[in-house]
Amino acid sequence: MSSIYYLTDLQQTYNGRRVLDIDRLEIGRGEALAVLGPSGAGKSTLLRLLNFLERPSGGTLTFDGRAVADEWPLEQRRRVTTVFQRPALLHRSVVANLTYGLRLRGKKLAAAERDAWLDRLGLAHLAGQSAPRLSAGEAQRVALARALVLQPDVLLLDEPSANLDPYNIGLIERLVAEARRRDDPAATGMTIVWVTHDIFQARRVADRVAFLLNGRLVEEADAATFFTAPATPQAEAFLRGELVYEEKMLQ
Amino acid sequence: METLIDGLREALRLITGFDPALLEVVGLTLRVTGGALLLATLIGLPLGAALGLRNRIPAGGCVLPIIYTGMGLPPVVVGLFVYLLLSNRGPLGGLEWLFTPTAMIVAQTIIALPLIVGLTLTALRSIDPTVKLQVRSLGATRAQLAWTMMLEARLGVLAAVIAAFGGIISEVGAVMLVGGNIEGQTRVLTTAIVLETRRGNFALALALGIILLGLAFAANYLFHRLSDE
Repeated sequence: MSSIYYLTDLQQTYNGRRVLDIDRLEIGRGEALAVLGPSGAGKSTLLRLLNFLERPSGGTLTFDGRAVADEWPLEQRRRVTTVFQRPALLHRSVVANLTYGLRLRGKKLAAAERDAWLDRLGLAHLAGQSAPRLSAGEAQRVALARALVLQPDVLLLDEPSANLDPYNIGLIERLVAEARRRDDPAATGMTIVWVTHDIFQARRVADRVAFLLNGRLVEEADAATFFTAPATPQAEAFLRGELVYEEKMLQ
Repeated sequence: METLIDGLREALRLITGFDPALLEVVGLTLRVTGGALLLATLIGLPLGAALGLRNRIPAGGCVLPIIYTGMGLPPVVVGLFVYLLLSNRGPLGGLEWLFTPTAMIVAQTIIALPLIVGLTLTALRSIDPTVKLQVRSLGATRAQLAWTMMLEARLGVLAAVIAAFGGIISEVGAVMLVGGNIEGQTRVLTTAIVLETRRGNFALALALGIILLGLAFAANYLFHRLSDE
Protein backbone atom coordinates (compact mmCIF):
# COMPACT_ATOMS: atom_id res chain seq x y z
CA MET A 1 0.00 0.00 0.00
CA SER A 2 1.60 3.22 -1.12
CA SER A 3 -0.82 5.59 0.57
CA ILE A 4 0.25 7.02 3.88
CA TYR A 5 -3.28 8.17 4.73
CA TYR A 6 -6.50 6.47 3.88
CA LEU A 7 -9.74 8.17 4.92
CA THR A 8 -13.13 6.54 4.68
CA ASP A 9 -16.40 8.21 5.69
CA LEU A 10 -14.41 10.52 7.93
CA GLN A 11 -16.68 12.92 9.75
CA GLN A 12 -16.24 15.66 12.27
CA THR A 13 -19.07 17.33 14.13
CA TYR A 14 -18.88 20.29 16.49
CA ASN A 15 -21.92 20.97 18.67
CA GLY A 16 -24.14 19.03 16.32
CA ARG A 17 -22.85 20.87 13.24
CA ARG A 18 -21.11 18.66 10.74
CA VAL A 19 -18.03 20.47 9.48
CA LEU A 20 -16.34 17.62 7.65
CA ASP A 21 -17.67 14.60 5.81
CA ILE A 22 -15.21 12.94 3.47
CA ASP A 23 -16.29 9.73 1.78
CA ARG A 24 -12.89 8.66 0.66
CA LEU A 25 -9.46 10.24 0.33
CA GLU A 26 -6.04 8.71 -0.13
CA ILE A 27 -2.86 10.63 0.35
CA GLY A 28 0.17 9.10 -1.29
CA ARG A 29 3.51 8.69 0.40
CA GLY A 30 5.84 11.52 -0.56
CA GLU A 31 3.28 13.48 -2.53
CA ALA A 32 2.47 17.16 -2.13
CA LEU A 33 -1.28 17.53 -1.84
CA ALA A 34 -2.86 20.97 -1.89
CA VAL A 35 -6.15 21.22 -0.06
CA LEU A 36 -8.10 24.02 -1.68
CA GLY A 37 -11.39 25.59 -0.79
CA PRO A 38 -13.01 28.74 0.55
CA SER A 39 -13.10 29.63 4.24
CA GLY A 40 -15.24 27.29 6.26
CA ALA A 41 -14.74 24.40 3.86
CA GLY A 42 -13.31 22.20 6.62
CA LYS A 43 -9.68 22.43 5.53
CA SER A 44 -8.25 23.14 8.98
CA THR A 45 -10.45 20.49 10.56
CA LEU A 46 -9.07 17.98 8.09
CA LEU A 47 -5.50 18.89 9.09
CA ARG A 48 -6.24 18.56 12.80
CA LEU A 49 -7.58 15.09 12.13
CA LEU A 50 -4.56 14.19 10.01
CA ASN A 51 -2.34 15.35 12.88
CA PHE A 52 -4.35 13.24 15.37
CA LEU A 53 -5.13 16.39 17.37
CA GLU A 54 -8.83 15.59 17.40
CA ARG A 55 -10.86 12.43 17.35
CA PRO A 56 -13.19 12.13 14.39
CA SER A 57 -16.85 11.79 15.28
CA GLY A 58 -17.21 9.07 12.67
CA GLY A 59 -15.41 7.06 10.02
CA THR A 60 -11.89 5.73 9.85
CA LEU A 61 -8.55 7.39 9.53
CA THR A 62 -5.80 4.99 8.55
CA PHE A 63 -2.22 6.16 8.88
CA ASP A 64 0.58 3.99 7.56
CA GLY A 65 -1.63 0.93 7.54
CA ARG A 66 -2.96 1.42 11.05
CA ALA A 67 -6.40 2.63 12.03
CA VAL A 68 -6.67 3.75 15.61
CA ALA A 69 -10.01 4.47 17.17
CA ASP A 70 -8.92 5.95 20.45
CA GLU A 71 -5.65 7.68 21.26
CA TRP A 72 -2.82 7.53 18.76
CA PRO A 73 0.45 6.21 20.18
CA LEU A 74 3.11 8.85 20.72
CA GLU A 75 5.56 7.43 18.18
CA GLN A 76 2.86 7.66 15.48
CA ARG A 77 1.90 11.18 16.47
CA ARG A 78 5.52 12.25 16.30
CA ARG A 79 5.79 11.32 12.62
CA VAL A 80 3.39 14.13 11.71
CA THR A 81 3.50 17.83 12.51
CA THR A 82 1.65 21.00 11.54
CA VAL A 83 2.67 24.55 10.81
CA PHE A 84 -0.31 26.79 11.50
CA GLN A 85 -1.31 30.08 9.96
CA ARG A 86 -0.14 31.87 13.08
CA PRO A 87 3.40 30.92 14.03
CA ALA A 88 2.51 30.13 17.70
CA LEU A 89 6.09 30.52 18.87
CA LEU A 90 6.90 30.00 22.52
CA HIS A 91 8.09 32.89 24.69
CA ARG A 92 11.67 31.78 24.38
CA SER A 93 14.65 32.54 22.18
CA VAL A 94 14.67 31.81 18.46
CA VAL A 95 17.06 28.90 18.96
CA ALA A 96 14.99 27.45 21.82
CA ASN A 97 11.95 27.52 19.54
CA LEU A 98 13.87 25.95 16.67
CA THR A 99 14.99 23.03 18.82
CA TYR A 100 11.80 22.66 20.90
CA GLY A 101 10.36 19.65 19.07
CA LEU A 102 13.70 17.88 19.12
CA ARG A 103 14.05 18.42 22.86
CA LEU A 104 10.59 16.91 23.37
CA ARG A 105 12.08 13.80 21.79
CA GLY A 106 15.19 13.98 23.95
CA LYS A 107 17.29 14.95 20.94
CA LYS A 108 19.63 17.82 20.27
CA LEU A 109 20.50 19.85 17.23
CA ALA A 110 24.23 19.87 16.50
CA ALA A 111 25.72 23.36 16.59
CA ALA A 112 26.76 23.21 12.94
CA GLU A 113 23.31 22.12 11.86
CA ARG A 114 21.70 24.79 14.02
CA ASP A 115 23.85 27.48 12.44
CA ALA A 116 23.06 26.14 8.97
CA TRP A 117 19.34 26.40 9.76
CA LEU A 118 19.66 29.94 11.07
CA ASP A 119 21.55 30.91 7.93
CA ARG A 120 18.96 29.32 5.69
CA LEU A 121 16.21 31.18 7.57
CA GLY A 122 18.12 34.44 7.32
CA LEU A 123 17.99 34.68 11.11
CA ALA A 124 21.62 34.12 12.10
CA HIS A 125 21.77 37.57 13.69
CA LEU A 126 18.63 36.89 15.75
CA ALA A 127 19.53 33.50 17.25
CA GLY A 128 19.35 34.66 20.86
CA GLN A 129 16.47 37.05 20.26
CA SER A 130 13.24 36.51 22.15
CA ALA A 131 10.79 34.96 19.66
CA PRO A 132 7.83 37.29 20.35
CA ARG A 133 9.93 40.20 19.05
CA LEU A 134 10.25 38.74 15.57
CA SER A 135 8.34 40.12 12.62
CA ALA A 136 5.51 38.02 11.18
CA GLY A 137 7.68 36.70 8.36
CA GLU A 138 10.63 35.90 10.60
CA ALA A 139 8.36 34.18 13.10
CA GLN A 140 6.75 31.98 10.45
CA ARG A 141 10.16 31.00 9.10
CA VAL A 142 11.14 29.86 12.60
CA ALA A 143 7.85 27.97 12.97
CA LEU A 144 8.45 26.18 9.68
CA ALA A 145 12.05 25.33 10.53
CA ARG A 146 10.95 24.08 13.96
CA ALA A 147 8.78 21.55 12.13
CA LEU A 148 11.32 20.70 9.43
CA VAL A 149 14.19 19.91 11.82
CA LEU A 150 12.04 17.05 13.09
CA GLN A 151 12.17 15.50 9.59
CA PRO A 152 8.58 14.37 9.90
CA ASP A 153 7.11 11.80 7.53
CA VAL A 154 4.19 14.16 7.02
CA LEU A 155 4.27 17.94 7.11
CA LEU A 156 0.87 19.59 7.38
CA LEU A 157 0.70 23.26 6.42
CA ASP A 158 -2.35 25.28 7.41
CA GLU A 159 -2.12 28.41 5.28
CA PRO A 160 1.37 29.13 6.61
CA SER A 161 1.94 32.08 4.30
CA ALA A 162 -1.55 33.60 4.26
CA ASN A 163 -0.47 36.70 6.19
CA LEU A 164 2.94 37.15 4.63
CA ASP A 165 4.51 39.37 2.00
CA PRO A 166 5.68 37.96 -1.35
CA TYR A 167 9.31 37.74 -0.19
CA ASN A 168 8.40 35.58 2.81
CA ILE A 169 5.91 33.53 0.82
CA GLY A 170 8.71 32.71 -1.64
CA LEU A 171 11.03 31.82 1.23
CA ILE A 172 8.49 29.51 2.87
CA GLU A 173 7.78 27.72 -0.39
CA ARG A 174 11.49 27.34 -1.09
CA LEU A 175 12.19 25.92 2.40
CA VAL A 176 9.49 23.31 1.95
CA ALA A 177 10.71 22.41 -1.52
CA GLU A 178 14.28 22.07 -0.25
CA ALA A 179 13.17 19.89 2.66
CA ARG A 180 11.46 17.52 0.24
CA ARG A 181 14.50 17.34 -2.01
CA ARG A 182 16.98 16.97 0.80
CA ASP A 183 15.36 13.79 1.95
CA ASP A 184 17.11 10.53 1.35
CA PRO A 185 16.48 9.81 -2.36
CA ALA A 186 16.02 6.12 -1.56
CA ALA A 187 13.12 6.92 0.76
CA THR A 188 9.78 8.08 -0.55
CA GLY A 189 10.30 11.52 0.99
CA MET A 190 8.26 13.88 3.08
CA THR A 191 4.53 13.94 2.45
CA ILE A 192 3.14 17.46 2.29
CA VAL A 193 -0.48 18.45 2.82
CA TRP A 194 -0.72 22.14 2.11
CA VAL A 195 -3.97 23.91 2.95
CA THR A 196 -4.36 27.14 1.08
CA HIS A 197 -7.04 29.30 -0.48
CA ASP A 198 -4.50 30.71 -2.91
CA ILE A 199 -4.87 28.82 -6.18
CA PHE A 200 -1.61 30.23 -7.52
CA GLN A 201 0.26 28.88 -4.53
CA ALA A 202 -1.42 25.50 -4.94
CA ARG A 203 -0.28 25.50 -8.55
CA ARG A 204 3.31 26.22 -7.55
CA VAL A 205 3.62 23.65 -4.76
CA ALA A 206 1.28 20.74 -5.38
CA ASP A 207 1.37 17.48 -7.30
CA ARG A 208 -2.27 16.85 -6.58
CA VAL A 209 -5.26 18.88 -5.43
CA ALA A 210 -8.18 18.10 -3.16
CA PHE A 211 -10.96 20.66 -3.42
CA LEU A 212 -13.23 20.96 -0.39
CA LEU A 213 -16.53 22.75 -0.16
CA ASN A 214 -18.81 22.83 2.86
CA GLY A 215 -16.96 19.97 4.46
CA ARG A 216 -17.23 17.72 1.42
CA LEU A 217 -14.53 16.57 -0.92
CA VAL A 218 -15.89 17.89 -4.20
CA GLU A 219 -13.03 17.08 -6.51
CA GLU A 220 -9.69 15.37 -6.37
CA ALA A 221 -7.25 15.39 -9.26
CA ASP A 222 -3.62 15.78 -10.16
CA ALA A 223 -2.64 19.42 -10.24
CA ALA A 224 -2.29 19.79 -13.99
CA THR A 225 -5.75 18.40 -14.61
CA PHE A 226 -7.40 20.32 -11.82
CA PHE A 227 -6.13 23.68 -12.95
CA THR A 228 -6.65 23.20 -16.68
CA ALA A 229 -9.78 21.07 -16.80
CA PRO A 230 -11.69 20.97 -13.51
CA ALA A 231 -14.39 18.34 -13.57
CA THR A 232 -16.99 20.05 -11.40
CA PRO A 233 -18.76 23.39 -11.86
CA GLN A 234 -17.92 24.32 -8.24
CA ALA A 235 -14.18 23.89 -8.80
CA GLU A 236 -14.44 25.78 -12.05
CA ALA A 237 -16.20 28.65 -10.29
CA PHE A 238 -13.60 28.62 -7.51
CA LEU A 239 -10.78 28.77 -10.05
CA ARG A 240 -12.48 31.70 -11.77
CA GLY A 241 -12.21 33.52 -8.47
CA GLU A 242 -15.85 33.25 -7.58
CA LEU A 243 -16.43 32.39 -4.00
CA VAL A 244 -18.48 29.27 -4.02
CA TYR A 245 -20.82 29.03 -1.14
CA GLU A 246 -23.73 26.73 -0.68
CA GLU A 247 -26.18 27.94 1.88
CA LYS A 248 -27.43 24.48 2.52
CA MET A 249 -24.93 22.56 4.57
CA LEU A 250 -24.52 18.84 4.43
CA GLN A 251 -27.60 16.88 5.05
CA MET B 1 3.00 64.77 61.52
CA GLU B 2 5.08 64.52 64.65
CA THR B 3 3.93 60.94 65.14
CA LEU B 4 4.99 60.15 61.60
CA ILE B 5 8.50 61.49 62.14
CA ASP B 6 8.69 59.75 65.50
CA GLY B 7 7.58 56.57 63.81
CA LEU B 8 10.29 56.81 61.20
CA ARG B 9 12.90 57.55 63.87
CA GLU B 10 11.67 54.65 65.99
CA ALA B 11 11.72 52.32 63.00
CA LEU B 12 15.28 53.30 62.26
CA ARG B 13 16.28 52.80 65.90
CA LEU B 14 14.65 49.37 66.06
CA ILE B 15 16.20 48.18 62.84
CA THR B 16 19.71 49.48 63.45
CA GLY B 17 19.61 48.34 67.06
CA PHE B 18 18.67 44.78 66.06
CA ASP B 19 16.05 44.88 68.80
CA PRO B 20 15.66 41.23 69.88
CA ALA B 21 11.90 41.46 70.44
CA LEU B 22 11.51 42.97 66.99
CA LEU B 23 13.72 40.34 65.38
CA GLU B 24 11.57 37.66 66.94
CA VAL B 25 8.37 39.20 65.60
CA VAL B 26 9.89 39.67 62.14
CA GLY B 27 11.27 36.13 62.21
CA LEU B 28 7.89 34.64 63.06
CA THR B 29 6.14 36.77 60.44
CA LEU B 30 8.48 35.44 57.77
CA ARG B 31 8.21 31.89 59.04
CA VAL B 32 4.41 31.90 59.11
CA THR B 33 3.89 33.73 55.83
CA GLY B 34 6.76 31.92 54.10
CA GLY B 35 5.51 28.53 55.28
CA ALA B 36 1.96 29.26 54.21
CA LEU B 37 3.11 30.60 50.85
CA LEU B 38 5.23 27.52 50.25
CA LEU B 39 2.40 25.16 51.14
CA ALA B 40 -0.17 27.07 49.12
CA THR B 41 2.20 27.12 46.13
CA LEU B 42 2.94 23.39 46.35
CA ILE B 43 -0.77 22.60 46.44
CA GLY B 44 -2.07 25.48 44.34
CA LEU B 45 0.19 25.33 41.27
CA PRO B 46 -0.62 21.71 40.34
CA LEU B 47 -4.28 22.30 41.10
CA GLY B 48 -4.39 25.50 39.06
CA ALA B 49 -2.52 23.75 36.24
CA ALA B 50 -4.87 20.77 36.26
CA LEU B 51 -7.87 23.08 36.01
CA GLY B 52 -6.34 25.61 33.63
CA LEU B 53 -5.13 23.06 31.10
CA ARG B 54 -8.49 21.40 30.63
CA ASN B 55 -10.53 22.49 27.67
CA ARG B 56 -13.59 22.29 29.85
CA ILE B 57 -13.49 22.43 33.61
CA PRO B 58 -15.68 19.74 35.14
CA ALA B 59 -18.65 21.44 36.78
CA GLY B 60 -16.92 24.63 35.65
CA GLY B 61 -20.08 26.62 36.16
CA CYS B 62 -19.65 26.11 39.89
CA VAL B 63 -15.94 25.56 40.39
CA LEU B 64 -14.75 28.86 38.95
CA PRO B 65 -17.10 31.12 40.94
CA ILE B 66 -16.13 29.21 44.08
CA ILE B 67 -12.44 29.76 43.41
CA TYR B 68 -12.95 33.41 42.52
CA THR B 69 -14.97 33.94 45.70
CA GLY B 70 -12.16 32.27 47.60
CA MET B 71 -9.76 34.84 46.19
CA GLY B 72 -11.57 37.46 48.23
CA LEU B 73 -12.07 35.44 51.42
CA PRO B 74 -12.16 37.72 54.47
CA PRO B 75 -9.18 36.56 56.56
CA VAL B 76 -11.17 36.90 59.74
CA VAL B 77 -13.74 34.41 58.45
CA VAL B 78 -10.97 31.96 57.59
CA GLY B 79 -9.56 32.55 61.06
CA LEU B 80 -12.90 31.78 62.64
CA PHE B 81 -13.25 28.62 60.58
CA VAL B 82 -9.77 27.38 61.49
CA TYR B 83 -10.38 28.38 65.11
CA LEU B 84 -13.51 26.23 65.27
CA LEU B 85 -11.68 23.39 63.56
CA LEU B 86 -8.74 23.47 65.97
CA SER B 87 -10.46 24.45 69.20
CA ASN B 88 -10.65 21.88 71.98
CA ARG B 89 -14.11 20.78 70.94
CA GLY B 90 -13.37 21.03 67.23
CA PRO B 91 -12.78 17.99 65.01
CA LEU B 92 -9.03 18.67 64.93
CA GLY B 93 -8.76 19.85 68.54
CA GLY B 94 -6.66 16.82 69.41
CA LEU B 95 -3.77 18.25 67.40
CA GLU B 96 -3.42 21.07 69.95
CA TRP B 97 -2.44 23.50 67.23
CA LEU B 98 -4.58 26.42 68.36
CA PHE B 99 -2.54 29.43 69.47
CA THR B 100 0.59 28.06 67.81
CA PRO B 101 2.38 29.22 64.63
CA THR B 102 1.18 26.01 62.96
CA ALA B 103 -2.43 27.17 63.25
CA MET B 104 -1.41 30.51 61.75
CA ILE B 105 0.25 28.74 58.82
CA VAL B 106 -2.87 26.65 58.27
CA ALA B 107 -5.10 29.74 58.21
CA GLN B 108 -2.83 31.69 55.87
CA THR B 109 -2.49 28.70 53.55
CA ILE B 110 -6.27 28.65 53.20
CA ILE B 111 -6.28 32.36 52.39
CA ALA B 112 -3.45 32.05 49.85
CA LEU B 113 -4.63 28.88 48.11
CA PRO B 114 -7.57 30.25 46.06
CA LEU B 115 -5.43 33.19 44.96
CA ILE B 116 -2.75 30.89 43.61
CA VAL B 117 -5.18 28.42 42.04
CA GLY B 118 -7.38 31.13 40.53
CA LEU B 119 -4.61 33.28 39.09
CA THR B 120 -2.64 30.27 37.82
CA LEU B 121 -5.60 28.84 35.99
CA THR B 122 -6.47 32.25 34.56
CA ALA B 123 -2.90 32.68 33.34
CA LEU B 124 -3.04 29.27 31.66
CA ARG B 125 -6.42 29.87 30.09
CA SER B 126 -5.27 33.14 28.57
CA ILE B 127 -2.60 31.41 26.47
CA ASP B 128 -3.49 31.43 22.77
CA PRO B 129 -5.20 28.05 22.07
CA THR B 130 -3.13 27.70 18.90
CA VAL B 131 -0.02 27.44 21.08
CA LYS B 132 -1.47 24.43 22.89
CA LEU B 133 -2.43 22.83 19.61
CA GLN B 134 1.01 23.59 18.18
CA VAL B 135 2.84 22.08 21.15
CA ARG B 136 0.81 18.90 20.86
CA SER B 137 1.39 18.87 17.11
CA LEU B 138 5.14 19.04 17.75
CA GLY B 139 4.84 15.78 19.66
CA ALA B 140 4.52 16.72 23.31
CA THR B 141 3.31 14.18 25.83
CA ARG B 142 0.67 15.28 28.32
CA ALA B 143 3.30 16.05 30.94
CA GLN B 144 5.48 17.93 28.44
CA LEU B 145 2.46 19.95 27.34
CA ALA B 146 1.62 20.86 30.94
CA TRP B 147 5.19 21.89 31.71
CA THR B 148 5.50 23.96 28.52
CA MET B 149 2.22 25.73 29.25
CA MET B 150 3.36 26.52 32.80
CA LEU B 151 6.54 28.04 31.38
CA GLU B 152 4.47 30.02 28.84
CA ALA B 153 2.31 31.32 31.70
CA ARG B 154 5.26 31.92 33.99
CA LEU B 155 4.68 35.65 34.45
CA GLY B 156 1.06 35.03 35.42
CA VAL B 157 2.08 32.20 37.73
CA LEU B 158 4.62 34.43 39.43
CA ALA B 159 1.98 37.12 39.76
CA ALA B 160 -0.23 34.54 41.47
CA VAL B 161 2.46 33.85 44.05
CA ILE B 162 3.10 37.58 44.54
CA ALA B 163 -0.60 38.28 45.05
CA ALA B 164 -0.85 35.47 47.57
CA PHE B 165 2.19 36.74 49.43
CA GLY B 166 0.80 40.26 49.58
CA GLY B 167 -2.53 38.92 50.74
CA ILE B 168 -1.20 36.96 53.69
CA ILE B 169 1.75 38.99 54.96
CA SER B 170 -0.58 41.91 55.49
CA GLU B 171 -3.58 40.09 56.96
CA VAL B 172 -4.32 40.40 60.64
CA GLY B 173 -7.74 38.83 61.21
CA ALA B 174 -6.82 35.18 60.83
CA VAL B 175 -3.49 35.18 62.66
CA MET B 176 -5.03 37.18 65.49
CA LEU B 177 -7.86 34.68 65.98
CA VAL B 178 -5.93 31.42 65.67
CA GLY B 179 -2.57 32.66 66.96
CA GLY B 180 -3.80 34.80 69.81
CA ASN B 181 -0.99 37.38 69.54
CA ILE B 182 0.98 35.81 72.38
CA GLU B 183 4.23 37.60 73.03
CA GLY B 184 7.24 35.54 72.12
CA GLN B 185 5.08 32.80 70.64
CA THR B 186 2.52 33.91 68.08
CA ARG B 187 3.06 37.65 67.74
CA VAL B 188 3.63 38.78 64.17
CA LEU B 189 4.04 42.26 62.71
CA THR B 190 0.38 42.88 61.97
CA THR B 191 -0.89 41.73 65.35
CA ALA B 192 1.86 43.70 67.07
CA ILE B 193 0.72 46.82 65.20
CA VAL B 194 -2.84 46.34 66.44
CA LEU B 195 -1.61 45.88 69.99
CA GLU B 196 0.71 48.89 70.01
CA THR B 197 -1.97 51.08 68.46
CA ARG B 198 -4.40 50.08 71.20
CA ARG B 199 -1.77 50.85 73.81
CA GLY B 200 -1.32 54.27 72.31
CA ASN B 201 2.27 53.60 71.22
CA PHE B 202 1.64 55.14 67.85
CA ALA B 203 5.27 55.68 66.99
CA LEU B 204 6.12 52.06 67.69
CA ALA B 205 3.04 50.87 65.78
CA LEU B 206 4.03 53.03 62.86
CA ALA B 207 7.60 51.76 63.04
CA LEU B 208 6.33 48.20 62.83
CA GLY B 209 4.14 49.22 59.90
CA ILE B 210 7.13 50.68 58.11
CA ILE B 211 9.10 47.49 58.70
CA LEU B 212 6.18 45.42 57.36
CA LEU B 213 6.05 47.54 54.23
CA GLY B 214 9.81 47.25 53.89
CA LEU B 215 9.58 43.45 54.05
CA ALA B 216 6.77 43.37 51.51
CA PHE B 217 8.75 45.64 49.22
CA ALA B 218 11.89 43.53 49.56
CA ALA B 219 9.98 40.36 48.71
CA ASN B 220 8.22 41.96 45.76
CA TYR B 221 11.49 43.37 44.50
CA LEU B 222 12.91 39.86 44.58
CA PHE B 223 9.90 38.48 42.70
CA HIS B 224 10.18 41.28 40.18
CA ARG B 225 13.84 40.50 39.55
CA LEU B 226 12.88 36.86 39.05
CA SER B 227 10.31 37.75 36.42
CA ASP B 228 12.59 40.21 34.67
CA GLU B 229 13.94 38.18 31.79
